[in-house]
Amino acid sequence: MTRGGLIARVVATLGGLGGLRRHRENAQAELHQISGPANRKFDAVRSGEVAVRGNERARLAEEVPPPELDETPDPRAELWVALLLIAAAIAFAGFVVFYVVSEDTHLLGLSLGLGLVLAGVAAALAGKRVVIQEKTTDEYTDYGDREERREVANHLVEGKVGVTRRKLLFSSLAAVGAALGAATVVPVASLGPRVGEKVYETPWSAGKKVVDERGEPIALDTLSPGEFITGFPEGASKEEIGSALMIVRLETDELELPADRADSAPGGYVAYSKICTHAGCAVSLFRYPTFDETQPGPALVCPCHYSTFNPADGGKVLFGPAGRPLPQLPLRAGADGSLEAAGGFYEPIGPSYGGIREGPEKAPL
Amino acid sequence: MRRLRVLIPVVLLAASISLMALEASAETAGKGAAASSPSKLSAPGRAPESAGRRLFVQGCSSCHGYDAEGVKGAGPSLVGVGEEAADFYLRTGRMPLDRPGEEPIRTPSPYTPAQIRALVAYVGDLGGPPIPEVNPEDGDLAEGQKLFTENCAGCHQVVGRGGIMPGAVVPDLAAANALDVAEAVKVGPYVMPSFDQLDQSEIDDIAAYVGYIHHPEDKGGWGIGHIGPIPEGMVAWLLAGVALLFTIRLIGERTTR
Amino acid sequence: MIRRTVAALDERLGAAHPLKRALRYVFPDHWTFMLGEIAMYCFVVLVATGIFLTFWYVPSDAKLHYAGSYVPLQGTSMSESFASVMHISFDVPAGLLVRQTHHWAADVFVVAIVLHLVRILLTGAYRKPRELNYWIGVTMLGLAILEGFLGYSLVDDLLSGMGLAIAYSVAMSVPFVGGPLAFLVWNGEYPGTDAFWPRLEILHVFLIPMAIATLLALHLAQIVRQHHTQFPEEGSERVVRGTPAWPGYGLRSLGLFLIVAGVLFLLGGLVQINPIWEWGPYEPYLSTNGAQPDWYVGWLIGALRLMPPLEVVIGDYTVVPNPFWGGALFPAIVFGLLYAWPPLARRLRLDDRREHNLLDRPRDNPKRTAVIIAFLVWVFAIFAAGATDRFYFRSFISYEGQVWFFRAFALLVPFLVYFVTKRVCEELRAREAHPLRGWRGTVIERNEALGFEETSVSTDLPEEARQQLAD
Repeated sequence: MTRGGLIARVVATLGGLGGLRRHRENAQAELHQISGPANRKFDAVRSGEVAVRGNERARLAEEVPPPELDETPDPRAELWVALLLIAAAIAFAGFVVFYVVSEDTHLLGLSLGLGLVLAGVAAALAGKRVVIQEKTTDEYTDYGDREERREVANHLVEGKVGVTRRKLLFSSLAAVGAALGAATVVPVASLGPRVGEKVYETPWSAGKKVVDERGEPIALDTLSPGEFITGFPEGASKEEIGSALMIVRLETDELELPADRADSAPGGYVAYSKICTHAGCAVSLFRYPTFDETQPGPALVCPCHYSTFNPADGGKVLFGPAGRPLPQLPLRAGADGSLEAAGGFYEPIGPSYGGIREGPEKAPL
Repeated sequence: MRRLRVLIPVVLLAASISLMALEASAETAGKGAAASSPSKLSAPGRAPESAGRRLFVQGCSSCHGYDAEGVKGAGPSLVGVGEEAADFYLRTGRMPLDRPGEEPIRTPSPYTPAQIRALVAYVGDLGGPPIPEVNPEDGDLAEGQKLFTENCAGCHQVVGRGGIMPGAVVPDLAAANALDVAEAVKVGPYVMPSFDQLDQSEIDDIAAYVGYIHHPEDKGGWGIGHIGPIPEGMVAWLLAGVALLFTIRLIGERTTR
Repeated sequence: MIRRTVAALDERLGAAHPLKRALRYVFPDHWTFMLGEIAMYCFVVLVATGIFLTFWYVPSDAKLHYAGSYVPLQGTSMSESFASVMHISFDVPAGLLVRQTHHWAADVFVVAIVLHLVRILLTGAYRKPRELNYWIGVTMLGLAILEGFLGYSLVDDLLSGMGLAIAYSVAMSVPFVGGPLAFLVWNGEYPGTDAFWPRLEILHVFLIPMAIATLLALHLAQIVRQHHTQFPEEGSERVVRGTPAWPGYGLRSLGLFLIVAGVLFLLGGLVQINPIWEWGPYEPYLSTNGAQPDWYVGWLIGALRLMPPLEVVIGDYTVVPNPFWGGALFPAIVFGLLYAWPPLARRLRLDDRREHNLLDRPRDNPKRTAVIIAFLVWVFAIFAAGATDRFYFRSFISYEGQVWFFRAFALLVPFLVYFVTKRVCEELRAREAHPLRGWRGTVIERNEALGFEETSVSTDLPEEARQQLAD
């Protein structure tokens, strides 16, 4: 079958949509069955000169080709198998040598992999050309024996014979089952603590100094507007998800914070939890336009699913799947001119769960 | 039928070539138009005009203003941006832009190095930081990887293969040399922020790291793009998957009746 | 010598009869039946290379400063887990080869299972009496995906660490039980405590491999008991026909095993995978652009990215946090449909209720094939959506625009695909033309003596017949 033929066939198949259906309908109308065992194989014969047998497969499914056995030797294939095996042996030996002499991953992989492929080709070739080629048959077993099933059911039911207080015993059994099930499942709770207040606890509180990744305080002149730095609470673990902040400095006239947060941004510095409220990745992208008349506005973006937050208005979601704004941490200027927290986060940090919006007072679980 | 089969790809090829030619000529026409617009020579009484000033008026003033004061809705003021910014944008071909509001991307600059120097000098005279120093050979690779991961990887990808965010494509750093890095970090081009908090040694570290990631150590073999599981999955399907499908096609039987 | 070995086994274990049956077991050997074998051999390679890796891997989040041989990470703070995998990659002879082979084997393992699953679905091999085996197979697919995710997360590198944070958030997002569930698994709030890493390791190294191995054994046992299905060209509903296990099929299968192992080791030595020294160690406050999970988890990142910012809040209680839709509900629906497929297909009248030992070609059941293909296209569309960021990177078509495109695509295109696929199947079936080998059958011609003459035709219809079909 040439490629042109294949294309023609596919095109004909797709293109002959309407025509073929019509043709088949016409063919149906002209059919007449030919009876007699010799002709039962044929579905129909058109009254024209040439007929085309339909559904070859129904006929095929009834007849099974006979078993086959081909014992003709194939010395050429045997030679090939031997050569391939020798080549594989050389490759494996090469692997041993490379392992000892050099530790180059590529040479090791090449020699071992090649050896395996060569040995595999040898085995497959042997299976298809060297050893006898046989096709045999076996029977599909019908499973399902009504008699046996009945006997099984009878045997099972024998358990009930002579037992009088069945309902009582069964209910107490059910009670035991439930209780044992509970007893088995309950120790799963030992695997971890209850959620409790934990999600609301962060290392931040009023007066906590903000430091950078090296532990240096962040002064009011560290950043110019349009810059960001990652901040942490002084003395706390950097790995707690309540710790890391994205601190961004905006122009003071760019800020659009809600009224109750008016004092949270000294000098235009705003701080947000670095942990995305969608699925917990670090919100590490900061977009800040050079020329805001033609370029997109300031944004904090998470690289996992592109939740986009507005740092100017308290972390509201601009785009993306995050269901809660990025929690803001109020800042103030400390006595020595460096940044410190003015309180805890305005909202709970981190990804949502059932009680996340309930606040620490109501945390049930 | 056969003729059609040959003709169609030829027509498509010709169409795409002419489209590309059209685009290219539009670009140069755009730049050329700016270049050939009547240039206002210096007003009477001023000092003789520098080459930089002439080039600026021809190629930049339509967006950045006749005296670099900016044009509303087109381009920002360049007063105070310094040689630092001008050198970065011009050397990397990010400026001139075809249209205001487009994202500036690295392209071959239409200016010669001498022209760029002249333009940079002109913009530098308007005030602002000079071209920065950078010494990547003094940089520490490990520090550089740490700083880059913390500050840059979110946008540029951890080995500088570039990325995206809503609103911008973040370039890969394959063509970025040490000076590009130092300038970009200080300028904060387009929507990239700048990083005043990084001192000289930290910038050297980052520049060293960016130099390294042009060809990171691929101890495992073919790097397949250094962007992780997407090309890895493609190899699993299109290399291993195809090879193994081919293998079982040969080993197994086909329906013959 | 062979006789003596067999005699020894038989006299002690009565092995002769089972050996005879095993050696003469008949394998229908169409090439598409070998896809499951590829998966099985990948599993063998995974176990072998995995054992090597367990001897070196340390499941601990205790921090140290790297002092191994890779220069750009010298002195960097990292967990012991990460450091141990760095050690395997740079300082253990053949360590990187084994590690990369292990990871490639995991990727190819799921490729093979998916191809095998698609073959099973499209040929109707899951029908009675083989539903149980089908369910075991779907379970193994789910376990393989979970196992792979756990495996690459053990390394604690930047990419997989981000993935674990997302997994935590998905666990948290399960309505009502999410909070306690996540805290149970992680032993506390993310990033968990030092108890978390040994848990991950014991799941990946022991519990799930044992589960897969057990299910695999049951899967194979059931195939042997019920015999393999086959196409009608080879056998019938009563008789299975094929190559006996010894010597023909056994050698071919051995060959396939060696070739699979060879391909995996070639990849492991020549094509880099998961270069953790380039990603660096994970910290909760770090992330990178372009982070992706391994391909078989990619359908979930697509779903998470496509979902709009919907959270179901009643009063103050967040019943459904956002990651639930894409991270938990979507895979639950997909696997739910896969599990429900045998009875569902019967309910939808796509299948009958009879027993089947013979397979269909996909075109023989156009509606069923169309439903399956449409379902696969739906999942694939969401999978493709997970990789749109790199597409945006190349094409400059806005990310927001692509999200909307893929949302529309995933919702609308499966319906279109259903109709197109159904039509194609119906036409192919009506024409009885093999896509590559043409038409096969018999043409009956009336000869001059007014009798019938039958000629077998195997490549092309005779001219007149082709004319008639083209009308």
